[in-house]
Amino acid sequence: MKLLAYFRSMGEKFFRPSQLSQEMDEELRSHIALRAEDLERSGLDPEEAQRRARIEFGGEEKVKEECHQALGANLIETAIQDVRITLRVLRKSPGFALAAILTLALAIGANTVVFSIMNAFIIRPLNVPHAESLYGLWRLQDDMSESYPDYVDLRDRNHSFDALIAYNVNEVALDTGNNPSRSWIEEASGNFFDGLDVHPYLGRFFHTFDEHGPNSAPYVVLTYKYWHTHFHDDRGVIGQNVLVNKHPYTVIGVAPPGFHGTLLFFHPDFFVPIVNHDIDAGTQLNNRRSHWVFMTMGHLKAGVTPGEAVTDLNSIGQDLLRKYPKDEGKMTFKLVRPSMYGDYIGGPVREFVTGLMLLASLILLAACANLGSLFAARAADRSREVALRLALGSSRKRILRGVFTEAILIALVGGAVGLSGSILLLRQLSVWQPFPRFPGYLTVTPDANVYALALLLAIVSGLLFGAVPVRQVLQTNPYEVVKTGSSGRIGRRITALDVLLVLQIALCAVLVTSSLVAVRGLAHCLRSNFGFDLNTMLAETDPPMVGYSGDTVPALQKRMIDALKAIPGVESVGLSDALPLGEGSNYSNVFADTTTDLRPSNAAMNPVIFKVSPEYFQAAGTSLLSGRSFGWHDDKDSPRVAVVNGQFARRMFGSIQSALGSYFKMPDGTRTQVVGIAEDGKYDRLTESPKAAMYLPILQSPSASSWMVLRSQRDPQELGAAIRSTLRQVDPALPVYIQTRYNALDTVLFGPRMATLALGVLGMMGAILAVVGIFGMAAYSVSKRLRELGIRIALGGQRKEVLQAALSRAVKLLVLGSAAGLSLGILASRVLAFVVAQATPRDPLVIAGVVFAMAVMGLLATWIPARRALSVDPLRLLREE
Amino acid sequence: MTDQAQILPGTLDILILKAVSLGPLHGYGVLLRIGQISGQALLIEQGALYPALFRLVRQGLLKASWGTSENNRRAKFYELTAAGRKRLREQVEGWNRLATAMGSALAAQPEEV
Repeated sequence: MKLLAYFRSMGEKFFRPSQLSQEMDEELRSHIALRAEDLERSGLDPEEAQRRARIEFGGEEKVKEECHQALGANLIETAIQDVRITLRVLRKSPGFALAAILTLALAIGANTVVFSIMNAFIIRPLNVPHAESLYGLWRLQDDMSESYPDYVDLRDRNHSFDALIAYNVNEVALDTGNNPSRSWIEEASGNFFDGLDVHPYLGRFFHTFDEHGPNSAPYVVLTYKYWHTHFHDDRGVIGQNVLVNKHPYTVIGVAPPGFHGTLLFFHPDFFVPIVNHDIDAGTQLNNRRSHWVFMTMGHLKAGVTPGEAVTDLNSIGQDLLRKYPKDEGKMTFKLVRPSMYGDYIGGPVREFVTGLMLLASLILLAACANLGSLFAARAADRSREVALRLALGSSRKRILRGVFTEAILIALVGGAVGLSGSILLLRQLSVWQPFPRFPGYLTVTPDANVYALALLLAIVSGLLFGAVPVRQVLQTNPYEVVKTGSSGRIGRRITALDVLLVLQIALCAVLVTSSLVAVRGLAHCLRSNFGFDLNTMLAETDPPMVGYSGDTVPALQKRMIDALKAIPGVESVGLSDALPLGEGSNYSNVFADTTTDLRPSNAAMNPVIFKVSPEYFQAAGTSLLSGRSFGWHDDKDSPRVAVVNGQFARRMFGSIQSALGSYFKMPDGTRTQVVGIAEDGKYDRLTESPKAAMYLPILQSPSASSWMVLRSQRDPQELGAAIRSTLRQVDPALPVYIQTRYNALDTVLFGPRMATLALGVLGMMGAILAVVGIFGMAAYSVSKRLRELGIRIALGGQRKEVLQAALSRAVKLLVLGSAAGLSLGILASRVLAFVVAQATPRDPLVIAGVVFAMAVMGLLATWIPARRALSVDPLRLLREE
Repeated sequence: MTDQAQILPGTLDILILKAVSLGPLHGYGVLLRIGQISGQALLIEQGALYPALFRLVRQGLLKASWGTSENNRRAKFYELTAAGRKRLREQVEGWNRLATAMGSALAAQPEEV
């Protein structure tokens, strides 16, 4: 009842303000009329009675204002009024409004983007039930990979996990009817879906009871996305027969939308049971030495701590080492988060994102400082207006409310613009596939957290920069200002705003320096020596996908090499089972020739291993320092030979000379003779320190994985088409992926490129902010000293002197900030060197670039204030003030 | 007229409620009625009346409707709502308690202590 009355009075006030005022007028008039009649009756003449009645009543407007207040809802009304006034005022200075909104949109946009990424990758757990208790197993001696027998032992003997599940990532050919296409899959253990507590969208999943030894479960579970894009949501797909690497499989189910395994950035096409791993001819399911299972993980049992689980696992490891001394090395574990492969991807991502977040918040802070000084400049320009309003009886509270309304309004609009921009950007990011050959996505969907943060940031920053001119308003003395004009004191002290400005110029200079260093480093490292030539073509094929195995593989490889060599313009063709700086290298233990006990702990080292065809070195552009390359005569029936790189030779044999002709042992005990020494190169990362590597002839160590390397002067496009048609003649079913060697570097260049891009973007933002900041500061000092400048001009001051008087402070701050930033940036670049190879700040081009950039920014920022200072018309100024 | 009492803060509302409880009144009528029932001892400033009326309407204690005054002038009439009647009762009780207490406190003689 009461509430109803309250809302009715609010509602009337809100929706029918004019009617309410009319009624109020009428009521008061009738009151005065009634009073006047009474007075008339007591003997006064009508006119006098009217007059007396009015005087008795007092100030009608004041009463009405009080009545309005008594009706409540005043807050909203004055707020609306404030907003209306603010809009009118802002419309008069669109430049100011635009600059303020853009600055804030940039800063808030940057924060929302970075926070969304942080939210998606770090804060929000995996999209499976109880993700918080899901841990992956990491071997301290190695990484997360296991052999299948080890996994089975760990699974069956541990007491810590509800279900220990495992999966492997693989690439296969899927044929749904004469159209073999490459697909990325996860080979999952039978307890995979049950262990994760995921339920099928359609059909069924495979379970532990489906596993009856190797190749016993030819089932396919599609991911929702693959089903949607490749099977067009056809529900009849359940029960359909397909070929996976030429083996018959049956589609039994579709996973729910949004479930794509437990690896955050990886979206496989479908799942198959891990017991069917033998379809990949390279490794065998039950080989204890071959650590091909990509990851094992599980939910910890209720009440079991990670520490207890590790103890449990380690004791199993010890036991396995005792039982299988020939196959096992030391086995100790730690538990990690599986979504980003523990710290391997998670570590850098966390550091990178945290760093970005820090920078983004600094940018927001800088933006607030800038807007604060813009607002201060504006308040100074408007000090006359403020003084007049104060003199006419407006309360300081009301004026301050106006200032804050303006600030919050700008902040909200800026926040909205920034948020929409960042949503657009994130949508692009989510569909972006950074590596064309690999289904990796950076799926970031802004959620309620993100919107709330954007709103909060907008309001907080509005309050922050709105607070800057408060003191100015509070200290305005209306009489002084109206009497003498606004010149007042000229700030000579070093204010907090000055310090902030120097800080942000420094920050901007750091960012500009770092991004220039990163760009130069990237360019430089692309010209450096990788140990192979970048101007080659690559053709990747995977013979097991179309049913080749055993002896048919080398025969096919030889046919492909011969066919490709026959293409006109092709100088040489090589084949390797893996690419340096490709998608991951293979490693193998090697032993000194004298070692007899070949357990892993006795290994001499663990070099990168490539299995290559005779002409590989020539085709890839890897030069031999001494000795010979392989020939087709280095086959199964001839003595085992190897080519090793300089690093291998020096570490195993002491020197390149002594290495040539010496022997070492492979894990299976084969004595292998070094017949050639190849140059060192980069194998996994651009920033790695020199690694040992060895090359084995493919005929002696067969591998089905086949990367063809072609050396030719022909146009890549044309050559690509020729390669495709040639290989189709060799086997029409063979899926082929063709790219230039340079493009294949995308994977290893991803990190450095991203870092460079991010630094570049942040540098740009920093630059824009610094420009706005210097602009605000210069504009403020010019407008405060207009009178002084006018007098100087009137007295015949030179343009140079006027400019100096007007802008010297801004320029000094700029120089100070840039110098600090440049030196900080040079220090920061040491950190950069970890991401971008050969990032060195002691590069004259970088330093020149930074100085140039800062100078251009200074020029940009002071241009308008300088013009204003020079165009002061002393006559007009003196007349007005 | 000279010995008119200053009304205590907070008593305006209860006086208005009391005045209106005796029958619907327009604003000016409220003034006259208060003067009448207090024997012209309490006089209310005319400007202070209307904000108080609006406040009581907002609180749901009074309701207002347009009507015609005794001398045929359009005027807004106020009357008590159920909530207003209840509030008046509570306030009268409170006021009486206070008045009694104040009365006996101020009437105390030295020998009674």
